[in-house]
Amino acid sequence: MSNIKSSLYNLRVLDDLARKETSIHLVHPLTKLLTTVVFLTVVLSFGRYEIVGLLPFFFYPIVIITVAEIPLGPILKRVLLAMPFIIGIGIFNPVFDQQTMSAFGLIFSKGWVTFLSILIKSCVCVGASLLLIATTGMDSLAAALRMLKVPKIFVLQLLLTYRYIYVLIEEISHMMLAYSLRAPRQRGIHPRVWGSFVGQLILRTFDRAQRIYDSMALRNFNGEYHTGKIDKNCWKDMVYLFGWCLFFIIARTNNLPMLIGSFITKVVN
Amino acid sequence: MSYHMLEVRELNFDYPDGYEAIKNISFTIRRGESVGIIGANGAGKSTLLMLLMGVLFPKNGQVLVDEVAVSKKTLPMIRQQMGMVFQDPDDQLFMTTVYDDVAFGPRNYLLSEQEVNQRVTKALELVGISHLKDRAPFRLSGGEKRAAAIASVLSMEPDILIMDEPTSALDPKSRRRLISLLNSFEHTKIITSHDLDTIVETCSRTIVIKAGEIVAEGKTVEILTNEELLDHCGLEMPLSLQNCSICGSEKDFFTEKTKYSTTNTYGIQTIERDCRVSLVEN
Repeated sequence: MSNIKSSLYNLRVLDDLARKETSIHLVHPLTKLLTTVVFLTVVLSFGRYEIVGLLPFFFYPIVIITVAEIPLGPILKRVLLAMPFIIGIGIFNPVFDQQTMSAFGLIFSKGWVTFLSILIKSCVCVGASLLLIATTGMDSLAAALRMLKVPKIFVLQLLLTYRYIYVLIEEISHMMLAYSLRAPRQRGIHPRVWGSFVGQLILRTFDRAQRIYDSMALRNFNGEYHTGKIDKNCWKDMVYLFGWCLFFIIARTNNLPMLIGSFITKVVN
Repeated sequence: MSYHMLEVRELNFDYPDGYEAIKNISFTIRRGESVGIIGANGAGKSTLLMLLMGVLFPKNGQVLVDEVAVSKKTLPMIRQQMGMVFQDPDDQLFMTTVYDDVAFGPRNYLLSEQEVNQRVTKALELVGISHLKDRAPFRLSGGEKRAAAIASVLSMEPDILIMDEPTSALDPKSRRRLISLLNSFEHTKIITSHDLDTIVETCSRTIVIKAGEIVAEGKTVEILTNEELLDHCGLEMPLSLQNCSICGSEKDFFTEKTKYSTTNTYGIQTIERDCRVSLVEN
């Protein structure tokens, strides 16, 4: 029960983080959205056997986390939540792809290399997306999507789904409290009542969603979600976007770890 | 400008399952008037409010707001004139900050962000929660949530304020603050509540509903001191109008002169209570 309540509080952490006012938070939402899209595209453009080239892309989330004063814990926790899916996708690679390749004088299994590549790509991509929400907020993100002319029905769907998660969890916590108080020696919910529990939950959340919708409609909500005025892009936003894009392109076209390594070796020698 | 702010004419409403929730209800509310709608559970109070707000549409009859009939076409205009505060503030507060929740209505009317800001600031100041504007609504206390929900309606600058059970689940201090707040508003007010003491303190006129029908209508103090009527409708005289529970002294409601208990039954000085009732008169 307390787990459900605490997960509700944890879910709201991203909203809380989005209310900070660091230099990253003040960057225009559209700029951050475009930067993230470019980042994801570049990361996903790497081949399945390229691992070293991906390493410089950890720089982007690290900079955002540091400058935007985002605590590492909540972000890592959420990245870990995506892990089972990522592992599910990549776990059979070592089984099916048993060829070997050599690098740095060592011999690696290609299957394991592709698995590691999927793991790294997913971590940085999920991390970057979470950081986008944590530094922008869902409402501003929705406004940025509307600026990109994404149809309002999709944006609204995204926003209401995000809101609905809270409604669902609140209802679950109320029902679980009522259940656990009358079933003190049980752990969790007995399978016999799963059906009625889920049925009740759906009906209750429908009712609650209807009431929320009514309260929105009474304040003249007509399908367009207004998130308030967002300042226009300024030169700083442009510098932010082009600065990061330049870095992504350089990191994509050059093997930065190799260049840095050889530079250090030269200096040492 | 009409004399009647709200007029309900022979309103009837059936739910899809055939249950007749509202039967031939008619009444008028004058500009600036404060009206209480009371009735037992299932009497049809909330359904009536939903019909007034145009969330539900009647089978027959009409609701006129400032002589404009509530219909799908007139809804945007009507809803700007009438603001409704829900029974559960959690249903009304769904944005990430109190500010955004209060700004939700004005933004939907496409006001400039400067005006939205002015309205939000004014509404938050009016209910006394300016300091909470950046807080997440789910972290507020019950009283603060209620105040935020009222602010979210006030920001639309309505002429009529409709409140469904405004004092439910509030602690005594928050309840007292809310009553003072409601009395400070000059809006036309329609309040439904089971807390009849709140009705005594906030409404000059009261309408009693039973099984979807109006059974009585009149001055609040007359209605709420009619024990027989209240009992018939599944209600009870409010505590503030009952005889003194300690000394048993009767109250003279209609002249506002109150009989005081001069002898302390229990011999304890602090128990002696002031039995006066502040009556809301026209």
